[in-house]
Amino acid sequence: MIRHRILAATAATGLAALALSGCVAKADVAPQGALTVTSTDTSCDVSTAKATSGTLSFDVTNSSSQVTEFYLLADDGLRIVGEVENIAPGAERSLTVVAQPGSYFTVCKPGMLGDGVGKAAFTVSGEAVAATGDDAEQKQKAEDLYGAFVKAQVEQLVPAVDTLVAAYESGDDAKAKELFPATRAFYERIEPVAESLGDLDPRIDYREVDAKAEGLDWTGFHRLEKDLWVPAQDALNSDGETPAWKDWAPSTPEERKSYGDQLIADVAQLNTYVHSDDFAAALKAQGIAGISNGSIALLDEVAKGKISGEEDWWSGTDLWDFTANVEGSKMAFSLVKDFADAKGDTGKKLVTEIQQGYDDLDAALAKHGSLTAGFVNYSALTEADKREFTDLINALAEPLSKLTSTILE
Amino acid sequence: MITNEKTDPTLAHDPQSAPTGLSRRGLLGLAAGVGAAGLAVGAGAGSIAGVAAGRQKAGDAAASVFPYFGAHQAGITTPVQDHLHFAAFDMMARTNRDDLVELLQDWTYAAARMSQGLDVSATGSVGGSPEAPPDDTGEALGLAANGLTITIGFGPTLFETEDGTDRYGLAARRPASLQKLPPFLGDDLIPGLSGGDLFVQACADDPQVAVHAVRNLSRIAFGRAKLRWSQLGFGKTSKTTADQATPRNLFGFKDGTANILADDADALAAHVWVGAEDEPAWMAGGSYLVARKIAMRIETWDRLRLSEQERTFGRDKGEGAPLSGGKEQTAPDFHATGATGSPAIDARSHVRLAHPDLNDGNRILRRGYNYVDGNTALGTLDAGLFFLSYQRSPEQFVRLQKALATDLMAEYVTHVGSGVWAVPPGAAAGSYVGAGLFA
Repeated sequence: MIRHRILAATAATGLAALALSGCVAKADVAPQGALTVTSTDTSCDVSTAKATSGTLSFDVTNSSSQVTEFYLLADDGLRIVGEVENIAPGAERSLTVVAQPGSYFTVCKPGMLGDGVGKAAFTVSGEAVAATGDDAEQKQKAEDLYGAFVKAQVEQLVPAVDTLVAAYESGDDAKAKELFPATRAFYERIEPVAESLGDLDPRIDYREVDAKAEGLDWTGFHRLEKDLWVPAQDALNSDGETPAWKDWAPSTPEERKSYGDQLIADVAQLNTYVHSDDFAAALKAQGIAGISNGSIALLDEVAKGKISGEEDWWSGTDLWDFTANVEGSKMAFSLVKDFADAKGDTGKKLVTEIQQGYDDLDAALAKHGSLTAGFVNYSALTEADKREFTDLINALAEPLSKLTSTILE
Repeated sequence: MITNEKTDPTLAHDPQSAPTGLSRRGLLGLAAGVGAAGLAVGAGAGSIAGVAAGRQKAGDAAASVFPYFGAHQAGITTPVQDHLHFAAFDMMARTNRDDLVELLQDWTYAAARMSQGLDVSATGSVGGSPEAPPDDTGEALGLAANGLTITIGFGPTLFETEDGTDRYGLAARRPASLQKLPPFLGDDLIPGLSGGDLFVQACADDPQVAVHAVRNLSRIAFGRAKLRWSQLGFGKTSKTTADQATPRNLFGFKDGTANILADDADALAAHVWVGAEDEPAWMAGGSYLVARKIAMRIETWDRLRLSEQERTFGRDKGEGAPLSGGKEQTAPDFHATGATGSPAIDARSHVRLAHPDLNDGNRILRRGYNYVDGNTALGTLDAGLFFLSYQRSPEQFVRLQKALATDLMAEYVTHVGSGVWAVPPGAAAGSYVGAGLFA
C-alpha cells in the first residue's frame, strides 16, 4: 500500500518514516478490528471516525439500490488513499489500507457517479508506520490508485456536465457561467488521459481556432463558452486575427440542445472508456512511468495553453484550468514519489525540489483565488503575474522532468 | 593562448571539477548512491567519450579552444569572437547562499565543459536515460568549440537589493565601487533591459554555439536564477589583438581603433584588471563590466551627409583615419586646423571626447557587438550597439560617459539598457567562478 499524503502535516513525520509499503509486517502493527461501512443511497456510515495508524480494513456493505464505491480520501478531498469499487447491491467487499497518521475523508458513491454521499472526516492518530513491501506490488498499487483517481474525476465530471448543460440548454446563462469553470476542473485534472483518446478530446475541448484548423465541426466546452460569454462585435478570436463573429453566431435554442447533448454523450463515452478493460490495459502497459509522465504532461498543458490565456478566451477562467492541471499533476506525483524517494540521496533531493516547486506554485495561485472561492479573471493578471507563474513552472518542471528516469532506474 | 586541443586535461582529470551541486541538478545522470567522487570519475570518462562522439573537427579555425581556468576569466582579453549571447539573471525568491554557491559551481562546471567543445555533462545530449530529457539541449552537437568563452559576474543587487536586503550575507563583501550607474544625459533606460543579479557573457565564432551556452546555463539555473533580459550580438565592434582588423559598427565606422589590446600588459594592469592592492581582495585579478544597450537612429543617420557623419566621429569613414590626417593608427592631433582655420577634429566629435589624452589617460577595454532585434512597431530598424567594456573600476566608464555628454553622436543614439557587474577573477582548476567571494 502506498502512503501518499504529501501535505505539510505529514512532512513533519519525516520522509524516512514514509517508506514504501505494500503489505505491512503484521507484527509491527497493533491489530485493529475491522471497521464496517454501510453504503446507502443517501449515507455512508463508518463504524468509527477515528483509528490508530497501521493496517486498516474497511468492510463495506452495499445497502443502496445501485452499484456503489467506497473511498478513503486524503485531507485535500482529492487524492485517493484507497478505494473499492463495483460493489453490487447487497454485496460486501473489503478495503485494506496502511494508514499513516493524519486527517482523511470517507465517502461512498452509489451509482458510481458524482462526488458521492456521506462524506465524513476520518482521523488516524499514532505513530508513522514503517512498512515493507514488494516493489512490483507497490507499483501495481500506484497504477490502481491512479486509475481510481481518473475514474473518480470522470464520475464527477458526468453529473457536473449534466447540470451545466441543463442550464445552458434552458437559457439560464448566469447559472451556466457559474458552473462552467468548476465543471472543467474535473476534465483538466486528467487531461492527458482524455487526450490519448483520438477524437474525443477534439470534440470535448477544442477551441474554435483548433477545430477550424483541422476542418472539424466545432463542439464541446468552448462552443458553450462562446455562447455564454458573447464576444463584442469587434472582438477577435484567439488567433488574434479572425473576427469573432466571422462564421459564428450565437447558438439558437435548437443548436444549444444539439451541442449540449453532444457534450453529455461525449463525456459519457469518456466515462465508459475509463471503466473499460482497454483503459486498465493502457494503464498497465504504461506502468508507473505513465503516471510520472502524466504528471509532467499536465504541467506542459499549463505552460503551453494556460499561461498565455488562450484556453478560455471568452470566459477568462484559465486559472481554474491551470489549478486543476496542477492538482492532477501533483496527484500523479504523489503516487510515484516514494519510488523516487527510495533512490538514495539523488532521489530524495529530487522529491524535495519537486515538492517545493508545487508548494511555491500553489502559493502563487492562491494569491489569485481558489477553485472553491473562485479566481480572478485571467485578464486581471499583470505581465509580472504571468512571468512569476512561468518562472515557478520552470522551477518545478525541470526537476519533474527527471522523475520518470529516476523511478525507472 | 589558442590551442586546438580538444580537452583541458585539468578539467578531465581533476576529481573536484564536478562540484557536488551538480548531483543536485542531476547533470551527471541520476545514478543512485554515487557520491561526488564517483560522479567526477564519470565526468572524466565522459569528456573523452564526448569528444569522440560529437566534436571531430580538428585543425580548422572553428576548433579554437581557450582555456577556461586561469588567473583571469576568459572572454575579456580573448580575441573578440564574432558572436555574442549575453544574459542577465535575477536570483529567485527563497534561494539562499547555498543555492547561489551551487549555481556558480554548476555553471562553472558546465561552462568549463562547453568552452572545451563538450556537452554540459558526461551523458550530454544523447548519452543519458531514454526516459529522461537529455542534460544537454543538443543543438551544438557536431559543432566545435568555436572559441567559446563564458564570462560570469555579480551585479550590485546580488550583494544588497535596492531596498537594502542582504539576501546572501554578502553585503559586507561588496566592492565599494560596485554601484548602480548614475543617470547620464540622454538616457532612456528600460528597467527590463537593465541590471541583474548575475550576468553571463557567451562569445563564440558560431552563433549557435553562443546561444547553446546561454540556453543551457539558463536551464541549469531554473528554480535558482531566472532570466531577466538577454541580448544577441553579431559583428564585433572592437578588437583586442593587433592582428584583428578594426571592425565597423552599424553607423559604418571603424570602432575601437585605440582599444586596449591583449598583449599590452601594462595597460591591462593599469586599466582593466583589479590589482592586488585594490579592495576588496577577492576581486584581485577580476574586472568590472559595464553593458549599455545603445539604440541607433539608423534611418536618420543614413540620411546624414558624409562630411557630417565624419565630423561626428572625428574620423574619415573609409580608412578610419583621424580627420587631422594620417592613417587609422595615426594619433589624432586635436590642435590641427582645417582650411577655414577651425579645428580639423571637431571639439564635440566622438574621438576627441573619448580620447584618453583629454580624460587624464582614462582608458577602458571595449568588447561590444552590433545588434538588430528586428524592427520597431514604427517600422524602423531596431538596431544599435551593445556596448560592453571591462575596466578596473566602474568609475572609469562613468567619467568617460560624462565626458561624452556633449558628443555630436548623442543626436543619433539613445541608451536604453544598462548594467554594471563585478567580474571575479578566473577560477582555479577544481574551483568555481566567484569562490573567493564565499571564502
